[in-house]
Amino acid sequence: MEKVRIIRYSKPYLIMIFISIGLLYGQANFDLTLPDYLSKIVNVGIQQGGVENAVPKAIREIEMNRTLIFLTPENQTDVLNVYTLVHNATAEADRYVKKYPALLNQSVYILTNSESAKIAHLNPIMARALLTVSFVELLMVNDTLRILINMQLGLSLPGGTDLFEYLKTHPISTLVIIAVVDSKFSALGKTMIIQAATQVVRAEYKALGMNVNQLQINYLLYFGGLMILLTLLSMACTISVGYLAAKIATGMARDMRRDIFKKVEKFSSTEFDSFSTASLITRSTNDITQVQMAIMMIIRMVFYAPILGIGGIIHALNLAPTMWWIIAMAVGILLSLILVVFYIALPKFKSIQKLVDRINLVARESLTGIMVVRAFNKQQFEETRFDKANIDLTKISLFINRVMVIMMPLMMMMMNGLAIVIIWVGSHEIANANLQVGDIIAFMQYAIQVTTAFLMLSIMFIILPRASVSINRIAEVLKTDILIQDPENPKHFDESFRGKIEFRNVSFRYTGAPEDVLHDISFTAHSGQVTAFIGPTGSGKSTLVNLIPRLYEVTAGAILIDNIDVREVNQQELRDKIGYVPQKNALFSGTIASNLLFADENASEDDLKSAIKIAQVTEFVTAKPEGMATEIAQGGMNVSGGQKQRLSIARALVKKAPINILDDSFSNLDFKTDVALRKALRTSISANTMLIVTQRVSTIKNVDQIIVVNEGKIVGKGTHTELMENCAIYKDIAISQLNLEELL
Amino acid sequence: MMQRSGGPVRGRGPMGAAFSTREKATDFRGTMGKLFRYMGRYKKLVLLVFIFAAASTIANIIGPKILGTATTSLVNGVIAQINGTGGINFAYIGAILLGVLAIYILSAAFGFIQGWIMAGVSTNIAYRFRRDIAEKINRLPLKYFDGTTHGEVLSRITNDVDTINQSLSQSLTQVITSVVTVIGVLIMMFTISWIMTLIALAMLPLSMILMGVIIGRSQKYFKQQQDYLGHVNGHVEEMYGGHIVIKAFSGEAKSVEKFSQLNNKWYKGSWKANFFSGMMIPIMLFISNLGYVAVAILGAWLAIQNIITIGDIQAFIQYVRSFTQPLSQIANISNVLQQTAAAAERVFKFLEEEEEILDVPNPVRLEHVKGLVEFQNVHFGYNPDKIIIHNFSAIAQPGQKIAIVGPTGAGKTTLVKLLMRFYDLNSGAILVDGHDTRDFTREGLRSMFGMVLQDAWLYNDSIMNNIRYSRQDATDEDIYVAARTAYVDPFVKTLPDGYHMVINEETTNVSQGQMQLLTIARAILANPPILILDEATSSVDTHTEILIQKAMDALMQNRTSFVIAHRLSTIRNADLILVIRDGDIVEQGTHNELLARGGYYAELYNSQFEKLNSI
Repeated sequence: MEKVRIIRYSKPYLIMIFISIGLLYGQANFDLTLPDYLSKIVNVGIQQGGVENAVPKAIREIEMNRTLIFLTPENQTDVLNVYTLVHNATAEADRYVKKYPALLNQSVYILTNSESAKIAHLNPIMARALLTVSFVELLMVNDTLRILINMQLGLSLPGGTDLFEYLKTHPISTLVIIAVVDSKFSALGKTMIIQAATQVVRAEYKALGMNVNQLQINYLLYFGGLMILLTLLSMACTISVGYLAAKIATGMARDMRRDIFKKVEKFSSTEFDSFSTASLITRSTNDITQVQMAIMMIIRMVFYAPILGIGGIIHALNLAPTMWWIIAMAVGILLSLILVVFYIALPKFKSIQKLVDRINLVARESLTGIMVVRAFNKQQFEETRFDKANIDLTKISLFINRVMVIMMPLMMMMMNGLAIVIIWVGSHEIANANLQVGDIIAFMQYAIQVTTAFLMLSIMFIILPRASVSINRIAEVLKTDILIQDPENPKHFDESFRGKIEFRNVSFRYTGAPEDVLHDISFTAHSGQVTAFIGPTGSGKSTLVNLIPRLYEVTAGAILIDNIDVREVNQQELRDKIGYVPQKNALFSGTIASNLLFADENASEDDLKSAIKIAQVTEFVTAKPEGMATEIAQGGMNVSGGQKQRLSIARALVKKAPINILDDSFSNLDFKTDVALRKALRTSISANTMLIVTQRVSTIKNVDQIIVVNEGKIVGKGTHTELMENCAIYKDIAISQLNLEELL
Repeated sequence: MMQRSGGPVRGRGPMGAAFSTREKATDFRGTMGKLFRYMGRYKKLVLLVFIFAAASTIANIIGPKILGTATTSLVNGVIAQINGTGGINFAYIGAILLGVLAIYILSAAFGFIQGWIMAGVSTNIAYRFRRDIAEKINRLPLKYFDGTTHGEVLSRITNDVDTINQSLSQSLTQVITSVVTVIGVLIMMFTISWIMTLIALAMLPLSMILMGVIIGRSQKYFKQQQDYLGHVNGHVEEMYGGHIVIKAFSGEAKSVEKFSQLNNKWYKGSWKANFFSGMMIPIMLFISNLGYVAVAILGAWLAIQNIITIGDIQAFIQYVRSFTQPLSQIANISNVLQQTAAAAERVFKFLEEEEEILDVPNPVRLEHVKGLVEFQNVHFGYNPDKIIIHNFSAIAQPGQKIAIVGPTGAGKTTLVKLLMRFYDLNSGAILVDGHDTRDFTREGLRSMFGMVLQDAWLYNDSIMNNIRYSRQDATDEDIYVAARTAYVDPFVKTLPDGYHMVINEETTNVSQGQMQLLTIARAILANPPILILDEATSSVDTHTEILIQKAMDALMQNRTSFVIAHRLSTIRNADLILVIRDGDIVEQGTHNELLARGGYYAELYNSQFEKLNSI
């Protein structure tokens, strides 16, 4: 289900993906044709002297006439059909004489129809005939052999004459001779007969005055050139696939990252809390990179491996159908090897991460607790603790190192063993005339390609599960529904916005939590007044004020601002009315000015100046040589906690919003600044509705309304004096913070 | 075939070593020298590894040549068969193949043994490095950690040691095998045909030039990609970190817009980087095929002249193939070695950091500590150029309560650090019961103090063991007593496993206040004559805060106590108040004395009152 969401991202790149697959198909084809050409080079180029067929391209008339003697009348017509007789000293002869110098003084048959079907048909026929001719020619020059044959076969082949003339007139002897040659070569099989006949053809070419060595080199250059062309094409395919894969993978990563970021930016605090910040960061960065790498691998390997593997098997089987079991065996051994290794190593791989985490934890604890460790003289204890983690890690990592180290020689041995088996089995196939030597070399290449394909696939089985975890994590974010949405028909605040805030029986529960954290909260905060919230940590006071800018949605009840439910206006319109200083002060990288302008892009220089003045941060800013242009590092890490707090307050002030919420915003300020800041606030924004969350009684002793929150309920409401009298919890808090006499 | 990619890659970009931004050691030779000395005790084993690696490689090189004679015999057999003068000699070919098989098995076995030993050595070295670093942490002065983040030290233990481990177990033997392979293959190639060898060698400069061009190009894009990825990730981190602010100020659109810009820039650099790096392999393959064809044609020509045999061609082709791989490995190794040296240099630098001054040879040992603490003309600065405590003198009588006050960040913990001798004074002396703190052993001195700091430190173990941390020989009963005194007992009893509940790694299964109570229990168990306490109880609920106060009061009974004070009652009851401002002790005296003086303390105190009247 979830993966479907991610696959959607491939849509804009579908054409590119299809082109990639096409290119990969091309690449596989080119790569698989290479061994064919290599075997041609070895078989024909080297072993057959560059002569491919037993059907010669040209043959002297006398030689042709001799050949025809040993052919059936039917075959004779077939042969003569493809040849044209060229007589010497004719215009036609002049055209060919350069190629076949023998034409100067005799007539030559020239092959004029070289359709491959015809050649394939005539190949064994001509091979036999040519071999018989060469046998008879041998008998003409070798008297001993002739006499031997005569004696053995009861023939009476005469010596000293043209045996071919004799045979023309003695058809019985001709048949016997053909039978003898047949029996001699029948054991060799078709391919080897042709191979043997190419030697005769080569001799004929020599007799025609052709440069046979040049012929051979030409053949080699031709197929060598083809091979290079093929590698070039294959390289072009690979590079194009690389180009497309890079564009697809990075493009999809970009799109996914953009969407995940957009989505997270839309999250309300409810969704944001359901992941942790760190987890969301990892999902937007590392997980995306993981998926990107996986996409790249999928295009370059998952798509390629089956094409290469299947193609390799087809080619190999075409070449040597009886040797399929060798490839099956190689793949079988390879897969079981990988399986065994991963069956043994995978659980250890998982545990090694835990042990690394453990050793990190122990070391980090020793570092964070360095004062405690030394204060209690526990160095030895820490060292022992670390050593235990260290030994555990060492044991497992040694095991994994060793498994990895064994893999390599095993793989090498498997590949080498494969070559040995192929040569051994192949040599028998050669002896049985099913194969030629070059074919074995080609077969080896195919076997390697097929095993490589399986290796690629098995590597993917390691990578894909990891990527799949990342994909799920990304999908989780993308599919999260956003709870807080703008209304379809939003209401708008009046021009004369006052900023009265009213809570009506508000309850709130975090998503998935068993209980409400706020119960039945009702109060009204008026403009021109300060309302303060106090209570122990975890009492829910921060949550309470977070409901006002609709960072969270109320579970029951309603919050009204100027008598309009906050759910009935657009979020932006609502938030524009609120100057909010969060508990966790976040500044952004940029300058002091850019941080302040974040609240209102159009704020004037004077606005900024007055805001920093009220926030008591003028001194800090002017002390900096760059003033407002002072750089702020990521997250505001280069300014202290107190300054961060004050800059956050200044930022909220720049907004000039009629409602101000300060969530525990004075905690990092020293007494004097605290007082000065509060005085300035009181004078400058006295007409606003102001809400303050705090833990300190001293901060709020004189505000208009104090609301005491405990365990999510309002347990007291009133002024300091009133609460001291009638609210036990408030009194407790106050006593724990100040001496009783100071409170009076 | 399968290339070694350096094991599981951690934290490196998708492209691995060849493209990662190169780090370099400042002193490559010196560092490598140190590394080899560190490996000294494995000298014999490493030598054995070298011998086996070389033997395995040589066996691997001889293989194809002998296999070639099998092919030649096969070809001759075929020719003989054609000419009718004989046939394929299977007995001979079989014998050769068995011989080659034996050689390959031998090679694998040697490879095996070599790898087995080297894995042992490198893992052991990694173990020792980690142990040495962990022990070093305890001998470094605290000052060192002022300038070094925990992350840096942790990175020494994990990343750097891991890099060294990986490169020792793989690259070191790769150096040997690659060099032996290159030399061996060259020799074999020359024995077959010097012309073919020269042709094969001619391909090398070609491939190197092409590689150089590609790497040069892609490096540029890789840097861009890394930079932009950094920017993108930085923006993500920052915006997620300040999510509430973004929401409150309706800054989503602006943030998304900036993100899109960064993301698009990243895309442009990234696809190019990936594309260029992807070009390496096909181009290498093309050149290798080019060499292959050249060798085949030349070999065929030589075979026609009867100078070499077909088996030789086959062997030669195999050699050409196995020639380029070790060469690219050697090229890569220099990179790996640079990284190793960089990692080793950081580790050695850490191990060589100046340690704490040794304890005095004849330290003072006190049988019974009264708890008299004197500061005599103390001068101190974290940085000797910037003295922050100028000529401070004070006396704390046994059993007295000394309050340290001042605004946050004024340097109140400095005094604590000096008392415990985490830092040494620049001049002057601190005396306990009349003895200079430097005349004790650090252990002896620190065992006289109990310390409870604001950021309570617990470790990943049971509550029981966390309390026991201050006194290993304490019985369970001692611990229960201390726990009851520190008001730990009631809440521990409500926890799932009680005293045996394990504090989790993030210390989130007990609250901040409970952590503080636990550290108080720990101090109670230690029963030290002198106490150092931090009263700050921010982010603690009221009820727990009251408990913490009670526990601290119980602890301070009849002990000399130094309290970083946050409560007025503590301050007013203190026998001596030390007022700290900007690191320096600006005033000292009792509450009334200081108020009467009308100085900084009085100003601070009065502002507290004014605060009550504000707003």
